[in-house]
Amino acid sequence: MPTEVKKSGRLIKAPENFLAQDDVKRPELMRRKFLAASVSSAAASIAVVGIASGGRSAHAAPGAGDPNILNMPAHTTGLGMPVAANPYGLPSQYEKGLQRRESPGLTRVSAASVAFTPLQGTFGIITPSGLHFERHHQGWWDIDPSKHRLMVMGLVKTPRVYTMDDIMRLPSVSRIHFIECGANTAMEWGNVAVPTVQYSHGMVSCSEFTGVPLSVLLEDCGIDMKKAKFVLAEGADGSSMTRTIGLDRALDDVLVAYGMNGEMLRPENGYPLRLVVPGVQGVSWVKWLRRIEVGDQKWATKDEAIHYIDLMPDGLHRQYTGMQEAKSVITTPSGGQTLLDKGFYNISGLAWSGRGRVKRVDVSVDGGRNWRTARLETPILTKAFTRFNIDWVWNGAPAILQSRVQDETGYVQPKINQLREIRGTRSIYHQNAIQSWKVAETGEVSNVQVY
Amino acid sequence: MFRSIKTLRVLTSCLLLGASGLAYAAKPALTGIGRAATPAEIKAWDIDVRPDFVGLPAGSGSVAKGQDVWEAKCASCHGVFGESTEVFTPIVGGTTKKDIETGRVANLSRLDFPQRTTMMKVATVSTLWDYINRAMPWNNPKTLAVDEVYSVVAYILNLAEVVPENFVLSDKNIAEVQKRMPNRNGMTTNHGLWDLKGQPDVKNTLCMSNCPVDLKIASSLPASARDAHGNLMEQHRPIGPARAIDTSKPASGLAPNPGALAPAPSAVAVAPPTKGASGPSGPELSKKFNCTACHAPAAKMVGPSWTEIAKKYKGDAKAPAALALKVKNGGSGNWGAIPMPPHPSMKDNELSAVVQWVLEGAK
Repeated sequence: MPTEVKKSGRLIKAPENFLAQDDVKRPELMRRKFLAASVSSAAASIAVVGIASGGRSAHAAPGAGDPNILNMPAHTTGLGMPVAANPYGLPSQYEKGLQRRESPGLTRVSAASVAFTPLQGTFGIITPSGLHFERHHQGWWDIDPSKHRLMVMGLVKTPRVYTMDDIMRLPSVSRIHFIECGANTAMEWGNVAVPTVQYSHGMVSCSEFTGVPLSVLLEDCGIDMKKAKFVLAEGADGSSMTRTIGLDRALDDVLVAYGMNGEMLRPENGYPLRLVVPGVQGVSWVKWLRRIEVGDQKWATKDEAIHYIDLMPDGLHRQYTGMQEAKSVITTPSGGQTLLDKGFYNISGLAWSGRGRVKRVDVSVDGGRNWRTARLETPILTKAFTRFNIDWVWNGAPAILQSRVQDETGYVQPKINQLREIRGTRSIYHQNAIQSWKVAETGEVSNVQVY
Repeated sequence: MFRSIKTLRVLTSCLLLGASGLAYAAKPALTGIGRAATPAEIKAWDIDVRPDFVGLPAGSGSVAKGQDVWEAKCASCHGVFGESTEVFTPIVGGTTKKDIETGRVANLSRLDFPQRTTMMKVATVSTLWDYINRAMPWNNPKTLAVDEVYSVVAYILNLAEVVPENFVLSDKNIAEVQKRMPNRNGMTTNHGLWDLKGQPDVKNTLCMSNCPVDLKIASSLPASARDAHGNLMEQHRPIGPARAIDTSKPASGLAPNPGALAPAPSAVAVAPPTKGASGPSGPELSKKFNCTACHAPAAKMVGPSWTEIAKKYKGDAKAPAALALKVKNGGSGNWGAIPMPPHPSMKDNELSAVVQWVLEGAK
């Protein structure tokens, strides 16, 4: 990129003829001065603003050029690290801020808690496996795969046991799907509660899963198609998590998966075997999967009779609400950030639907009064993240950014007040409202709700 | 009705192959893969209990016995009367005799009712039996005998006034108890969130210009919550189109916000420091084994505070070994009515490390 200068080393016209060294070190302060000063002020000199390079390198004479260019760094003049210094590769040390994090006060015990994906820092549609959100009900285990077994029983001709060897011998498929906890964005049903997209939307991830269609195993056992209506999936952990899945889904696109993003599942995500139930809330994607039972009635397990039920305003609970309806969120810029200065931005975000493909995403920068249709980046896959982007030139005035997805069924993501009109504020689960990010004149982006 | 094209295809192939009976799908030639499960294996794993009580083993348990089991194995997390210990949501409370008559918990319709207990929500008594049997006690799941499970369920039902004090719950009378569950009529499946083709209940339109909006900010993050999630600056990438806010400093529209300045990384690519050879630290272990569910640094919760323990055993040379044993096997309630639960999965080096950490003041 010979002409396009990276933000981190870009040249900015100085608002005044002279910049104090402190100002050079503080792009934020400088930007404020820039905003305050008349745009037409004489911009005779060029100031170097080294952001990523920090304060030290900015000590070079402002007029001479970027010291990151003029002074050869050690990595250009020395010998680098050998191969396999990290036998299993790790992110750069500069990426350490992007980690799964718990929301303080949300849960008391870390073994029955959630760690959120830092959506503010991920690109494209694949969530790095190490950043895939975690939610456990009774802690996680790293299970010896040679001792793991899957039993398929119930309304089948022959109940069968499969080892991992058996399952991995079968023809495999690899499919990219999102997985979203039914309680994602739950903290925001009543009001704004969290600062960043990590905590507001980070109970969702998207990965390529590899495994065997459940239908293959059900057919191998001789499923009784006359009587079978549901299957029960059960985990091998202490909670032995159980969830009911309709037979139509079980025979459609449900996978018994061992692979994730080209490697085995991570232990936190169910190593060595988990269920993949595309479009359905994460709790049904039973981890450490040990048993599939075919039956003719729903089971009303704890996580479909006490939790993961949606309280409606009339006091009734909706039971068996697995569908993750269409949802989108802008990840850049997003809450807790400050824009560097006025000018061009690429508004970027994620959209997904449990009912199929994303058809279209519209973006508003004025709180939902006017909308423009964003570009959808390929691939656009069913029940998977779709990345959207749209150009935006920020003029320094306050703005409210929103995105709104429509899926292939025609369903349009609702506003928070539309959701509340039907479902009230106490549902906990399935909050898929349009997210609003307010951009203040200072460039500070914050989480707000507007109707 | 065939459930899918795939099923139809499988069934058609059955017919074409002349397979015996329509009921079973054709078996692909997966020769050598998997084997038949033995009856003993199925019995070992087939533990689910359905709302129609299919899967419920024969047995019984009294309320009185349930109270004993509860106080020994459940109260440390759920409170003596199921009111919870701040660790988990309460199990009992919020239901009335009227609810038992109607099968609808009236408090669920009240916006001002502060909590939703298990007994307010659960419609099916089978759910309680199944879950306690499969997943309780929390750190030693599947260790309760069948009759203990019956008795614990009986105790919970008695606390919620569903059954009397002298009640003995069994597989023979559990269906009658179901008819008294306070929220048995409180569930609906009349919604579009189960079926793939279910109808959505909330509608929005694709309005593109001059759409009706109320631009008043309806809700925003309170200033007091600014740093509730830690310093946001440390949770972002130090390059890119935006910087994260330094929430360790107060928000201000006037003062310069040096938080926008990223931390200065070294220009030299260096090898990351290698980890020390020592094992996990006290804080790591206390998190891993959920010690903080019951113990806090200075305040008494369910169990004594770290400070109290360190003070009591100060100078006691036998304390490290004795306490390690107590953590592993459980205590007898030296500090109050609620006994310390056992932690059988902790390794010896982990036990000694966490005990030493506590005795040294948990710093």
